[in-house]
Parts: sequence; structure tokens; C-alpha cells
Amino acid sequence: MKTHRWFTPWVLTIPALAFLLVFSVWPSINTLRLSFTDAKPLGGDTDFVGVENYTELLHDGQVWTALLNSAIYMAICLPLLTILPLLLAVLVERKLPFIAFFRTAFYVPVIASAVVVGLMWTWLLDDRGLINNLARWLHVIQGPVPFLTDRWLVLISAISLTVWKGLGYYMIVYLAALGNVRKDLHEAAAIDGAGPVRRFLTVTVPGVRGTMFLVAVLVSVAALRVFSELYILTGGKGGPGGKDQSLVMLIQQYAGGFYGNLGYASALSVLLFVVTVVPMVVLARLNNRSDS
Amino acid sequence: MKKIGEPSTGEKVLRYVLLLFVLLITVGPFLWQLSTSLKGAGEDIYTRTPSFIPHEPTLNNYSQVAEAIPVWRYIGNSLLVAVLTVGGNILFATLAGYAIARLRFRGRKIVLGLFLATLILPGEVTIISQYVTVRDLGLADTLIGVALPGMVAALNVLLMFNAFRSLPQEIDEAAVMDGATVPQRLLRVSLPAVRGTLAVVAIFSFIQAWDDFLWPLIVLTSPEKYTLTVGLQYLSGTFTQDQRLIAAGTMIAFIPIAVLFSALQRYFFKGVEEGGVKG
Repeated sequence: MKTHRWFTPWVLTIPALAFLLVFSVWPSINTLRLSFTDAKPLGGDTDFVGVENYTELLHDGQVWTALLNSAIYMAICLPLLTILPLLLAVLVERKLPFIAFFRTAFYVPVIASAVVVGLMWTWLLDDRGLINNLARWLHVIQGPVPFLTDRWLVLISAISLTVWKGLGYYMIVYLAALGNVRKDLHEAAAIDGAGPVRRFLTVTVPGVRGTMFLVAVLVSVAALRVFSELYILTGGKGGPGGKDQSLVMLIQQYAGGFYGNLGYASALSVLLFVVTVVPMVVLARLNNRSDS
Repeated sequence: MKKIGEPSTGEKVLRYVLLLFVLLITVGPFLWQLSTSLKGAGEDIYTRTPSFIPHEPTLNNYSQVAEAIPVWRYIGNSLLVAVLTVGGNILFATLAGYAIARLRFRGRKIVLGLFLATLILPGEVTIISQYVTVRDLGLADTLIGVALPGMVAALNVLLMFNAFRSLPQEIDEAAVMDGATVPQRLLRVSLPAVRGTLAVVAIFSFIQAWDDFLWPLIVLTSPEKYTLTVGLQYLSGTFTQDQRLIAAGTMIAFIPIAVLFSALQRYFFKGVEEGGVKG
């Protein structure tokens, strides 16, 4: 039976497809091309410079610092944001009075802009801000903790902000998955005398294992892509001596202005892509192995 | 035997204690920011014994934000970008998602594969060459240039595809028998059945456009064209160290999105249950 004319699907698909080609497919190819040039933000003469950008990148101390920061970022975010949101999802899964309110409230940090929450946390973590004042009031500390001026504490503060902002997002991902865990397994385990902790480990966790791997991939890639948190907490300066920068901050730095260098920024983008592929491949392999 | 569905009183109490603890952590900082934004210049906000309730609440800080930066213009700019993004995604993702899910045509698998393939590419990787494209189109330092690349997100096409695909085949067959054309089938039969996913696409597109920072920061150079997020960073970096003012600015950016989300959260969570987020 003829359901439509031959060109109808194309009329419907072509607008979206055009956007995809112009703003995703072509830019991916062009990133690679630009990374071998000395393109400037304002246009003008562009020359091919071979692998110069890449050799420069390998000798750039800032790049190595950014990679170290990313590794630390990922190492801390990965376990925290894979496990805490699952516990949170289990907490809000049970239908209790006001539970819809709590679910919505826990999602609020997700919908707020990273700029908003970044400025909020800048104030909370200020030398004279709420957290330092509360800690002094409780006599936990004598002087203020330099959350925003110490090279390592800035990184830890940004990581905490990322974890805090991500909790609700991954909670929702888990909540959708928890709906598919078989209720009868829970009941059977309960009849066998398994307590809540045991049921969580033997029924819930195996039931959402696939989702845990998905979340782990999303979290690691997000950790490597971090920009706004570090940018806002350091007022765009990248912390003391510019040591608290991520790869994306470096890309942004070279994207504009008088000293901008789109060729170098593109080489950094290619590096970013390579780096984000690593956790995807590793986690996909781990997932396959635990399947068999 | 006790049924598993009914928690004991002790368990209920423990659950609520935990829920309130998480509530304090997630929402507390927003309330503190709101409180700071309402404190007058005469009130010491740096006091060692923090007080949550402003002594003499005032909206003065909000009007001062409007004096420091053209905040209404920034709201308008952000709104324009957000509306274009939502409109583009709703329209184009629906059309493409429907065609790929419900119409058979040659090249369908390739088109689907293309949309899937771009998902693994983090947006930041292509941001530089995207800027080059926008610049070459003559759209650098314009709001259209900010909105354009986000007007069709591959993820939204796939979400709509997924929603349309899960509808039973029979509803189309019946409509075809009745002589319904493709536009009629899309608008009258299929679209009403995927409203939940459409709401998720709309809400997420709006939030994403309204909250975005890196892309407008790269595209825009003239202060009068800034979106609200870039303007906020500009406010805190250039004009003031007064935390009351910055707090008022962040609330101006946050409150519209909070109101929008709480008004639509019912559709959002319903859409999530329909499998909207799982993809």
C-alpha cells in the first residue's frame, strides 16, 4: 500500500539534516583541517603549518596541567556521581507523601545555569562567606579556608560544585531505570530475610547495572568537558598562576582576542576528543566483560 | 506477614530525615543567595554569626543591578535565543523524527546513523570550527549566530524518533485507509500521542539555551548583545564586588527558569517516565 510520495520523507528530514551537516558534520571535519593551520579569530590569511600546533601542544606546560586537572576531576566525579545519585533515586522512588516535591527540589540545581550556581558557590566559599563563617562559629577552624585561592582547593571546590549540580540529573536517569527492576525479586529477597542493604546490593544494583555503565560514561565525559565551574569560581583567570584550567578553558582562551589562535585551539579540540574517547572505550569494554 | 510495600514508622522517619538533609544541601544555597540579595546596604553580610532572615528586606539591590548592566536588554537577548532554540527544535526534530520513525524510504538508516554518530561528539570539540562557520556566514557577534547552531539538536531528533517509533503501527494503517495524508497523520494521529516527549524536548531546549555560557561567550563581543549569563559574569567581574548585587543578578537569571520548570515539572516527569530521558 502506498502511504506517501517518495519525496515526503526528504521534505520532512532535510531541514534537520541541513543543520546537522552545517553545524556538526562539517565542523568536525573542519576542526581537523584547522588544527593544521594558523587560522586567526578575525579571519584573514590562513597558512598550513603542518603538525606545528601538535608539537607545540606537547611542549605546552598548561596543556599538561589541564590534563592532570581533568584526570583528578574524573577520578573524583566518576565514583561519586555513579553511586550517590543511585542512592538518591532509591530514596525518592518510594511513593511517600510530598515525594514529588522532593524529586522536583533535588532537580533544581540541574536547571540552574552553571554561571548562576558558580557565582552562588563563589559567595558561599568566600573567605568571609557562609561556609567559612559557619565553620569558625562551630570552632572547626581558626582562620578561613582558602577555597578559592589555593591551587588544589579551587579544583576540589569546582569538583564539589560539579557533583552537587549533577546529583539530580543522574538521579532522574536512575529513576527511569529503577522502574524496570522486577518487584518480585525484591519480595523474594525480603522473604529470604535480606535486609535493605543486602537487597540493594543483590537486587537493585544488578538490575540497573547497564544504566550504571551509561552514567559512568556520561559522568567521565562531562568531567573532561568541564568549563563554566572552573571559569566562574576563578573569575575567568584559571586560579593561582592559571593552574586551575581545563582543556575547554584553554580552547576558549585561544578562541578570540588579539592573541587568539584558532589553529592551536583546534588542535586542543582534537586532543579533547581523543581524551573523551578513552573512558568511553574502557567502560564499554568493562561492560562487555561483565556481561559474559 | 508484613507486606514489603509498606515501610515501618522507623523507616519512614529515617527516609524523611534523609530527604530533608538532601533538600538542605540542594536548595539551601539558593535560599541563602535569595536572602543575600534582599539584604540592605546597612546590614553586615559578612558577620561571623550568619543570619538567614534579612533584617530589613529590600529590593534595592535588584534596581541597582539594572543600573550597573542593561539587565532588561540581557533578559530580552536570552529570551530571543531561547525562543528560537525551542521553536527550531520542536519543529525540525518533530518533522525529522516522524519521517525516520514512521515513513519507509531509501537512505533512512543512513540518516538515522548520522544523527546517532554526532551524539558521541562532545559539543566543545567542534565549538571552534562552529565559530568559524558562524563567522563566515557573517553572524559573528549576533544573537542569531548564538541561536542558530542549537536550533536542531541531534539528541532531540532521536528522542522524537524514539517516541514516534514506539507508537503501534496500526494507528497509521487505519489513518491511511481513511485517506489521511502524511501531514494529517502526523498532526492528528501521532503528535498528540507523544506530547510528553515533546514537552521534555521543549523544556530541555529552553533551559539549555537560557543557561548556556561558553558558546555566547565565544560568539558575542559587544556588551550590548550579551545574553544574561555572559552579562552576569561581566557584572561580577567588572563592576562590583558587592555580593548583594551579584546575588540579585543571579536571582534574576534563576527565577524565570525556576518558575517555568515548576509550572511544567508535571509534564517533564511524565515525559521521563515515558522513556524520554532514557533515549
